[in-house]
Amino acid sequence: MSLLTKAHESGSDAQARTGSTVLDMVLRFRALGLLLTLAAIVAVTAAVNPRFVNEQSIRDLLLAAAITLLLATGMTVVVLTRGIDLSVGSVLGLSAFCTASLLSENPGIPVPVAMLIGLGIGAVCGLFNGMIVHLGKVPPLVATLGTLYVFRGVVYFIAGGGRINASDMPGGLLDFGTARILGIPYLIVIAGVVLAVVAVFLSRYRAGRDMYALGSSPEAARLAGIPAGKRILTAYILCGALAGLGGVLYAARYGTVDASAGYGMELDVVAAVVVGGVAIFGGSGTVVGAALGAVLLTVISNALPVLSIDQFWQRAIVGALILGAIALDRLVGLRVKASLRKKDAHVG
Amino acid sequence: MSGTGLDAESIPERQPVLRLSGASKSFGSVAALTDARIELYAGETHALVGENGAGKSTLIKILAGVHRPDSGTITVDGEVVEFSGTAEAKEAGIAVIYQEPTLFPDLTVAENIFMGRQPRGRFGMIDRDRMNRAAAALFEQLGVPMDPERQALGMSIADQQVVEIAKAISLDARVLIMDEPTAALSGAEVERLFTVTRALRDDGAAVLFISHRFDEVEALCERVTVMRDGAHVSTDLMSEVSIDQIVRRMVGRELGALFPKQEVQPRDVVLEVDGLTREGVYRDVSFSVRAGEIVALAGLVGAGRSEVVQGVFGVDPRDAGTVRVGGRALPPGNPRAAMRAGVALVPEDRRHQGLLLDLSIMRNATLTRRSRLARFGFLVGGAERREAEQWTARLQTRYGRLTDPAGTLSGGNQQKIVLAKWLATGPKVLIVDEPTRGIDIGTKAEVHRLMSSLAAEGVAVVMVSSELPEVLAMADRVLVMREGRLAGELSRAEATEESVMFLATGQEAA
Repeated sequence: MSLLTKAHESGSDAQARTGSTVLDMVLRFRALGLLLTLAAIVAVTAAVNPRFVNEQSIRDLLLAAAITLLLATGMTVVVLTRGIDLSVGSVLGLSAFCTASLLSENPGIPVPVAMLIGLGIGAVCGLFNGMIVHLGKVPPLVATLGTLYVFRGVVYFIAGGGRINASDMPGGLLDFGTARILGIPYLIVIAGVVLAVVAVFLSRYRAGRDMYALGSSPEAARLAGIPAGKRILTAYILCGALAGLGGVLYAARYGTVDASAGYGMELDVVAAVVVGGVAIFGGSGTVVGAALGAVLLTVISNALPVLSIDQFWQRAIVGALILGAIALDRLVGLRVKASLRKKDAHVG
Repeated sequence: MSGTGLDAESIPERQPVLRLSGASKSFGSVAALTDARIELYAGETHALVGENGAGKSTLIKILAGVHRPDSGTITVDGEVVEFSGTAEAKEAGIAVIYQEPTLFPDLTVAENIFMGRQPRGRFGMIDRDRMNRAAAALFEQLGVPMDPERQALGMSIADQQVVEIAKAISLDARVLIMDEPTAALSGAEVERLFTVTRALRDDGAAVLFISHRFDEVEALCERVTVMRDGAHVSTDLMSEVSIDQIVRRMVGRELGALFPKQEVQPRDVVLEVDGLTREGVYRDVSFSVRAGEIVALAGLVGAGRSEVVQGVFGVDPRDAGTVRVGGRALPPGNPRAAMRAGVALVPEDRRHQGLLLDLSIMRNATLTRRSRLARFGFLVGGAERREAEQWTARLQTRYGRLTDPAGTLSGGNQQKIVLAKWLATGPKVLIVDEPTRGIDIGTKAEVHRLMSSLAAEGVAVVMVSSELPEVLAMADRVLVMREGRLAGELSRAEATEESVMFLATGQEAA
């Protein structure tokens, strides 16, 4: 009656390996799937209207995606820790309006300093979010839903119904919004550099890996001695700071800023992150995926008018992509669970 | 009960790596530990055994720095230490492998091992190659092939435990505590774990091994400590004590005043369970219960008792088998159908499964009958109140007002409300899971009296209980489960603490 004589082991290791390969494939397939969808949409649209793929329109497209991409990068870090930051649109508006009005009154301020100011405004907002979430133990969804309204309210209070027109802004900032380096607009370069830096931070630094660990299993993170509070504050500050930077870029690109700048943008950003394969329950996903998500959503919204498809369908397609991405996560989870149950079935 | 305990003086040549002495710990009014002690020596595997609720887990958590003892001292290498958190215990070289491994499912095996301590290269960046090589070296040392770059998600429990062990080794742990590590493993996996454990021991680690499986304890350990009721009973060299003696020392728990079941002539079979199976949880469980009978499901924690009754009630789906009530089969996975057929389940965890703590006592007590108390679809306050008053009086529940939230009641009175809720449905089959866990002795006796009178009224009662004295006092028949199977059935006359414990642990009675 010894338990040691039970031998149902044969398949266990092989199964374990299979489970992992299937999983790896699905996850790798996801980035590939995004690229394929992207290519398909571009190909179809280009077939209908060849001008869709010329240099200028690609540049316009990336320019349109740049700010969403920047915000999605910050959002990814927060979502990885099992959080969410719904206030990014309001933070962008606050930063855009503050820096724009500052520059219109002091045209002498150089653009890099303006960007630092924007970053700073965003970081303070992010710190505020992080403190509510971490110290107040408020669920991130509710905390940042609250600050979404609070920050927007502050913008309305400061703006008082007014707006800052392109004519009020210093030329330097407006030039910055359209200037290029090696044919690539500054905005895209900035978004790309931020993306690369955050990608390296998340994959190659201990603090970055802690973000994944916190989202993957908060309990295990506690046992492993990961400084949860510090990391969560970092995530929200980073997310806020990038939204603040986004505000300056917004002002530079559009020239006109009023109190509704960035209104509703948080939804586009969250959509990009989810479609890009960042698990909404944390622990899994990359900023590159989120960036692909941002580009894909921008391409869809630009391609559909070319294909003369109704606006309604654009929203429905974005919705379907989000549901598809979440369904995929759920499916992977269920498959893993099922294979584990099968593996354990020989016990007892 | 007469075994000669080995004192510290009889092994004078060595100093224990870790010693816990005179430890006590209470949670609220419940004393989990009263006088626990244990000594762990380098290069030795030490078994810790005891019945459910003997205090083993609390002892481990004290050593791991999760709980702080109310009294008692911990010494490491002869020096008194105090752990204010898990980090300090880890610092002292104590690694704990819990029954449920705590890995990050989304990260790779190597990252799981080196989380927070990843080797760094240029610009402070994580040197993944070095990390993976270090992890591979650990697995080589353990003699277990494992890919350091695979994700922890989807790994078997056995593989996850190997990762935990690798983590412990990489931390240079001198004390390795394993809490029922083999509970979810197959035979070959157990063998592999033992090989690894022996290698660690031979390298000079002190291993504390908690298990209910005596064949494993015998195969692996040199020394064994028995605990009962939160106190140390004996510590012996494995070679100087028989399993029989150990089992006898484990049992004999006090339960206070008991209310023995009144004799009832059993009537027709009401509940028939045939070949009930849920893959990986329980297998081929068959039994029947007659009206007027109390049948106890005994066994160790994790034997699958609660899972079986939940399968019978239909809370969890089942993979095979039938459940009949009064001769009619119940559809699987449908608790409403079970309720309609006259089955009631009082769950183990009343705070989470049995009560809506924020709702009033009245609402909780009448929850299962709200459609019958309603008129034109509306709950009528008067009927609800009368019903609640009637049941709380019958169960002698102590409360402030019927409108107080159920969460304000004491544990025993909460349990009575849960019972009232189900008794009000007039069940033919009453399933109670750990009916007296965590409630005071007086209330226990009342719950027992109630169950006994229900059986006398012709209700078929199935009771899951970890408290052997309760099982012996209440049950007409005892079904003993071990590792997901029915290990045997004992009549009231045959059932003793020893005979139940022998079946539950898989040992032949001596």
